[in-house]
Amino acid sequence: MTFVKPAFRHPDAPLNELGRSRQDYEGGLSTLCAGCGHDSVSAAIIDACFELNIEPHKVAKLSGIGCSSKTPAYFLSGSHSFNSVHGRMPSVATGANLANRDLIYIGISGDGDTASIGLGQFAHVVRRNLNMTYIVENNGCYGLTKGQDSATMDTGSPNKKGDINMYSPIDLARLAIEIGATFVGRSFSGDKQQLIPLIKAAISHRGFALLDVVSPCVTFNNHSESTKSYEYMRGANTDMPVDFVPMRQEITATYDSGATCEVCMHDGSVVRLYKQDNDYDIEDRQSALEATNHYAKEGKILTGLLYIQRDSEELHDVLGTARRPLNSMTEQQLCPGPRFLDSINAGLR
Amino acid sequence: MQAKQSVNDFVIKFANVNGTGSASANSMFAKAIFRMGIPVSPRNIFPSNIQGMPTWYEVRVSQDGYLGRRGGIDIMVCVNPQSIKRDVAEVESGGYFIYDSTKPLDLRLIREDVNYFGIPFTDICLREYTDARQRLLFKNVIYVGALSALLNIDFNVLKDLVADQFKGKEKLITPNIYALELGYQYAVTHFECPIGIHLERGHKLAKHIEDFDNILMDGNTAAALGAVYAGATVAAWYPITPSTSVVDAFDKYCRRLRIDPGTGKKNYAIIQAEDELSALGMVIGANWNGARAFTATSGPGVSLMSEFLGLAYFAEVPTVLIDVQRAGPSTGMPTRTQQSDVLMAAYASHGDTKHVLLFPATPAECFSMTVEAFDLAERLQTPIIIMSDLDLGMNEWMSPPLEFDGDFKYDRGKVLSAADLDGMEERFGRYKDVDGDGITYRTYPGVHPDKGAYFTRGTSRDEYAAYTEDGDEYVRNMDRLLRKFETAKSLVPEPKIKQSEMETRYGAVFFGTTASPAYEAIEILEKEGIDLDTLRIRSFPFNHEVEQFIREHDRIFVIEQNRDGQMRRLLLNETSVPAKEKLIPILEYNGLPVTARKIAGMIRNYVTHGNVTPLTRRSATEEISA
Ligand SMILES: Cc1ncc(C[n+]2csc(CCOP(=O)(O)OP(=O)(O)O)c2C)c(N)n1
Ligand code: SF4
Ligand SMILES: [Mg+2]
Repeated sequence: MTFVKPAFRHPDAPLNELGRSRQDYEGGLSTLCAGCGHDSVSAAIIDACFELNIEPHKVAKLSGIGCSSKTPAYFLSGSHSFNSVHGRMPSVATGANLANRDLIYIGISGDGDTASIGLGQFAHVVRRNLNMTYIVENNGCYGLTKGQDSATMDTGSPNKKGDINMYSPIDLARLAIEIGATFVGRSFSGDKQQLIPLIKAAISHRGFALLDVVSPCVTFNNHSESTKSYEYMRGANTDMPVDFVPMRQEITATYDSGATCEVCMHDGSVVRLYKQDNDYDIEDRQSALEATNHYAKEGKILTGLLYIQRDSEELHDVLGTARRPLNSMTEQQLCPGPRFLDSINAGLR
Repeated sequence: MQAKQSVNDFVIKFANVNGTGSASANSMFAKAIFRMGIPVSPRNIFPSNIQGMPTWYEVRVSQDGYLGRRGGIDIMVCVNPQSIKRDVAEVESGGYFIYDSTKPLDLRLIREDVNYFGIPFTDICLREYTDARQRLLFKNVIYVGALSALLNIDFNVLKDLVADQFKGKEKLITPNIYALELGYQYAVTHFECPIGIHLERGHKLAKHIEDFDNILMDGNTAAALGAVYAGATVAAWYPITPSTSVVDAFDKYCRRLRIDPGTGKKNYAIIQAEDELSALGMVIGANWNGARAFTATSGPGVSLMSEFLGLAYFAEVPTVLIDVQRAGPSTGMPTRTQQSDVLMAAYASHGDTKHVLLFPATPAECFSMTVEAFDLAERLQTPIIIMSDLDLGMNEWMSPPLEFDGDFKYDRGKVLSAADLDGMEERFGRYKDVDGDGITYRTYPGVHPDKGAYFTRGTSRDEYAAYTEDGDEYVRNMDRLLRKFETAKSLVPEPKIKQSEMETRYGAVFFGTTASPAYEAIEILEKEGIDLDTLRIRSFPFNHEVEQFIREHDRIFVIEQNRDGQMRRLLLNETSVPAKEKLIPILEYNGLPVTARKIAGMIRNYVTHGNVTPLTRRSATEEISA
């Protein structure tokens, strides 16, 4: 089954600075269940890339396996994409990024893909500070295999059969902060206002950016008692609204309450965050961990940009690789030629 | 008692304690013989341990240029009391036993038929050195010095080697030469030197050895150089014996050759991954994105890579994997050699998968086949697995020099550039078999603003890379992959065939490190009147020469180093060989490189006691009847 969207474009559709319409950032028609949170995340990615004036072919999309990991087919059809194996997207993304550091890497994963089978690779891609945006579409269950519990399911949350989960959950955002992630955001697929600027900020961040996005599975884990349902999220979400101001653009406020904090990104863009709490320092790991913990204790889920380290060494800095992409190097640059081999042979006699 | 006598033809074994620095002294011993122009093949037989366990080093010296293990020990140099009992027992009748005589030898260790040479190594060290570490290290150098007198090694050659070894640390040269002299002097004053088995320069070498200006090198270093020459820019790996030194050597050469002199930046990236799954994932990601990337591992790693190998096969991503085989299953014997990953590698992963395998037999081939593997991977857009083993990878082999043609150009396969895409009238179909060879065109990400993007996936897809569960589409694609595998047959290295001088209906098939002892065994048998044509397999899929060889012989011995006859099974599976009985398994799987005597013995046994008509040659039969 292949769904191809009609190529018709509305003549009055707004264009971005590249002269592209939003439609140019879309993908094939989604085959997910109607109302699946993942489709909203795809829509937010489309908006973010359109508004950021990203050339679609300069993006590489990568994913593992799951309903969430299918979604790269539903946005940016002008980008190359690699739907790899379950839980192993981080390694494929790492190799791809090593080969060509000039592309924008967007990885899409699920909570099963990242927190269970792929937890090892996830932890290591965080450690390596790979320059990529890593979005976990977190629904607390395995959607594609029909709703089994995932490792992010909260203790006490019932599953589709009514069984209460007694295992303790893995909080990917907190884990990432602990092990050295340089950008960690949490959001909700139902909050486009917050999600779009967060995605923009994540893409602009130089280094590894995690977005843990609660994205309800309407088919298997959207009952009202589930902590990953729309209803629960709407009640528990304690959002810190986010604005993203691209470089060289005037900052205009959209929200008017709470304590604001502005973070200037590596590329000159600015993220403006409206914090719930003035003492919270999003550039301090301990403070970020305490804030999420504080809200969690009250049964709330803090969303927004949780932690950022503005200047850090991404993997290429650590390795000291050439500025030019490795995949653009020619035989002349790479092959030592027969004369060097003569000297090798001579040294082995 | 008869003492063995021979010139330039013997097997000597050193019994050491692991972690005492013996390996470098032993390798200096072997290299000295090599520099004297006498064929030599050293083998490190080591335990999976860092310090304290018994370890051995076996050196074959062979005027005729036989580089495989012969079997049997003529001279034992024992400096490890832990293993002395079995070391004495291993010496062949008439052989020599050189030992540390600081303490008198236990009378139960004295054999009538062995010649004993006691040298008080420990005593000499205690007298000469005060530092404990020096006492340990110089003991090794002292016995090399003693051997120099006993076996007639050119002392100047040893001195040069010491100078080479300590280039940059010159103050270590004099003490090392002094230690060599201590051993040398002890031997000349206490024994009649040289002994019955010894070395002499200037003898005529066997033709196949003489043809080359040989080098002495290990296969892993050669493979690493191959990757450098092939333009590999990304290596991802997870440490495992015996493959670790591949990436270590790649790193070493890249530091020398791939750092931009202007910026100091690296034109390569090496990642020590969190496991082998990740290592191969990185390799696949990098190759997908247009860089040449590889990994090196051993059996346990290949097991873990299995799922990813299937993805690379099905999604058609070039991948180069070097498998330095060791004894399995499971952790098996991690520091022992085997050729037991053949079937796993050929069919790695679930579903219908087959992979292209290359089987190097010498360091020169480790180099050339690794260079070739990158071209093959990109031309065929599939994983290429280089099947080396511990014996080849970690031991130094006398080998023809490494060769690289200055006019050689990388073949990056069917990749469409932006200009190609602009010039295309038809729609780009990533999996469309335009040329009929099963190989389709690919594009690199980011290359064109509007054309050529496609979706890479492990799920079934149509010719335009769109997801499909249509059975006919799936079958079409799977059949195309088979067509591609057929194309591979014409691209992979052809086998090496040697016809026996006498016409024979019997053949022997082998590959990799089994080749050296197998060729020697065939010559042993030939002298006994048993003639065999030989075929050395160098790749899978098997090309038509392999088919033909099997067709043209009535009985074929398949010689390999594993329990289940894996290559034999692969041949039964993948060629049109009519009957199982035609292929006779000749197997060794004790973890040590198979010996020529063992192979000859097994074939002889089969011929004389088995259900095969004796393979005696016609002329020999006539002689006997005359
Ligand atoms: C090695 C392997 N094991 C199991 C599966 C089956 N499988 C497919 S998707 C999936 C879980 C996906 O869950 P998640 O990542 O949360 O994605 P969601 O569908 O919830 O978006 C599993 C177990 C597989 N594809 N591969
Ligand atoms: S099963 Fe759940 S996660 Fe999968 S598409 Fe349906 S709603 Fe989305
Ligand atoms: Mg899920």
